[in-house]
Amino acid sequence: MGKLDWHGATPAPDRSTADLPFTHQINRICMASLFEKFKSGLAKTRAGLVDEISSLVKGNYEMDDAFLDQLEEILISADIGVETSLNVIENLRDRVNREGFDQKEEVIGFLKAQLCDHLHQNAALSSESDAGSFLNPTSTPHVIMVIGVNGAGKTTTIAKLAKVFHEEGKKVLLAAADTFRAAASEQLEIWASRANVDIVRTQAGGDPAALAFDASKAALARDVDIVIVDTAGRLHTKVNLMEELKKIHRVLGKAIPGSPHETLLVLDATTGQNAIIQAKQFQNTVGVTSIVVTKLDGTAKGGMVLSVQKELGVPVRFIGLGESMDDLKPFDADTFVEALFE
Amino acid sequence: MNKIHSMFQDLTDKFEGVFKKLRGHGKLTDKNIAETMREIRRVLLEADVNFKVARDFVAGVQEKALGEGVLRSVTPAQQVIKILHSELAHLMGDTNAALKDSSMPPTVVMLVGLQGCGKTTLAGKLAKYYKGKGRSPLLVAADLQRPAAVEQLRVVGSQVGVNVVAELNSTPVEVCKHGLLAARKAMNDILILDTAGRLHVDDALMLELQEIQRETQPHEILFVADGMTGQDAVNTANEFAQRLDFSGVVLTKLDGDARGGAALSIRAITNKPIKFISVGEKLDALEKFHPERMASRILGMGDVVSLVEKAQFAVDEDKARKLEKKLRRQEFTLEDFYDQLQQIKNMGPLEDVMKMIPGMGGKAMKGMQVDEKALVYVEAIINSMTLDERRRPQVLNGSRRKRVARGSGTSVQDVNKLLNQFKTMQKMVKRMSRSGMKGMPKFTF
Repeated sequence: MGKLDWHGATPAPDRSTADLPFTHQINRICMASLFEKFKSGLAKTRAGLVDEISSLVKGNYEMDDAFLDQLEEILISADIGVETSLNVIENLRDRVNREGFDQKEEVIGFLKAQLCDHLHQNAALSSESDAGSFLNPTSTPHVIMVIGVNGAGKTTTIAKLAKVFHEEGKKVLLAAADTFRAAASEQLEIWASRANVDIVRTQAGGDPAALAFDASKAALARDVDIVIVDTAGRLHTKVNLMEELKKIHRVLGKAIPGSPHETLLVLDATTGQNAIIQAKQFQNTVGVTSIVVTKLDGTAKGGMVLSVQKELGVPVRFIGLGESMDDLKPFDADTFVEALFE
Repeated sequence: MNKIHSMFQDLTDKFEGVFKKLRGHGKLTDKNIAETMREIRRVLLEADVNFKVARDFVAGVQEKALGEGVLRSVTPAQQVIKILHSELAHLMGDTNAALKDSSMPPTVVMLVGLQGCGKTTLAGKLAKYYKGKGRSPLLVAADLQRPAAVEQLRVVGSQVGVNVVAELNSTPVEVCKHGLLAARKAMNDILILDTAGRLHVDDALMLELQEIQRETQPHEILFVADGMTGQDAVNTANEFAQRLDFSGVVLTKLDGDARGGAALSIRAITNKPIKFISVGEKLDALEKFHPERMASRILGMGDVVSLVEKAQFAVDEDKARKLEKKLRRQEFTLEDFYDQLQQIKNMGPLEDVMKMIPGMGGKAMKGMQVDEKALVYVEAIINSMTLDERRRPQVLNGSRRKRVARGSGTSVQDVNKLLNQFKTMQKMVKRMSRSGMKGMPKFTF
């Protein structure tokens, strides 16, 4: 099993950091275990980009069109997308024409720097991009609305977030506003009890906006610090469902002025270029303030994150690396790109 | 059946752009073709088609295009499109592959896939599909991993009226074995196993699937894949194929605007047929996958076969015959008009129906929002008329029109507009029946 311990019956918590609060963990995890886990996820069944590039650059290669086409395909195979890939390759071409490259390391280094630039540049559009500020909000109750398409991993992400906030000493309340999918509330309820936090739910088919309102009022009455609202998965093309989302958003603002303080879009890393359209639609409907990328523990590289961040100009806060409650990690652009290449 | 997917729409638009350029050239040169192939490759890549598949596909089309005398052809663009169409259909498997059925019931259908790809919902849809065919399915909740997954299947099962085998303190393998026994005992002829979502790189859990396979000997193992998947689709599909040698693929969430590149890639890489596509949240939103029709739709050539099928499904034949008689006798009334409206509505959202008509797909439909609301008004207006008024609209004088407008929540102008349109239509019908044309008139709303 090795690197797959997160799944199955016995998730082995990292003893060295487990008893520290999450924010303290971030720095320690970032450099060591997170990177390892990240890397192991990103490098599993397939050879990494570096291997592929290395095999390309073996011996006396020529930086001709065929070579650049192949590089482009390597980038595309990481879901980075045609446009961004072409951009990066164009820059590489310019650079080659100006100075030339002798070593494959130079080619790789150049590509890495390019992708990192992309991420940094886009993250810089938002002032508070680090996970720490996300975990220590100033207002109470602080309302986080979680949105995304079906099966992206919203409920699991909420469970992980609930645990993190709970461990930070915050009083957490979950709002099960996914009243549509069969047993969605039950699923969240099980997570709530595992994370030891409260939950507000209603019967199946109930009005999600009303539930969101009730949860907000309950949060005010109970002196809750963090409210996390789970919404039903919806394809961004369903006009009625997107309108419903708008309503939930609006109602939250009525219950608590300024709420939701955070609208978190959950993206599945295995999604291809459709993620960009999804993100845009959700952005246009309720406005997205943060992104979580889930399922990065498979072989999907999640390269579409680059384009999504560019389009939305909002930071990726966390990544999901498994099904257990501890598998939520802060996003780090350099680590992300580094792992893409390892 | 009432829902048609907008899948591939974007892909269609992009192809249309390429074709437009292609048609602009009177005669094609090697260079034109190479340029076109480059663009097609890009279109495919943007649609999440795996880069290797896209490369091979384009190479194949190019070779055919050069070999089949496209250059010398009078209509070179048409030739290229024809080649693209047949290659696309070929890439997706040419014909629809049916589900296997065992001569020794129960037929065991096992669903596998990544987390969140839609297995549990599909289990419900399949149960409903089989039930509609007069079969007796049984569901097995073998996802003991995700919280409340068992509960979800129970709810879905009760929605479609199918029993669910569930054991909370058990193992997935045991539950499946017990399900098989239960099916034999209760004479269920279909057994659907809903397994937990898992990563293809998770060795332990993949072994578990293999064990379930060994114990239950499924006749059909369906790999369920999210239609929005990107380049990783082939890695996952490949690994599952190696471990389980699944027999077919079901693509889900294709009611969004996914460009469906995964559909092309998975089939090309694993050589396993796509059997169904899932196109909505309702439990009847499941369709058989027809490669040829899909190729037509991708290329914006319309899908006449599906349209006809839909019409057959939705139109009451008896009524159609009566209508034809009336048309010939020039007795077409508002009542018939209303009936026609109902039948068109039965065919699903008007916009989707229109897309199936050749020449109406893609760009042709852009900016031409079909206003379903307008139909609602028309319906309301007709509903507010007496039977006599519907049969003889000429009796509708000013005060009657006012009453109808009030009753339908519209204005007298709206009522007038409808009546005028109806009059025009009657004239058209007259002309048509005079010229001896049979069948239904085309409506101009």
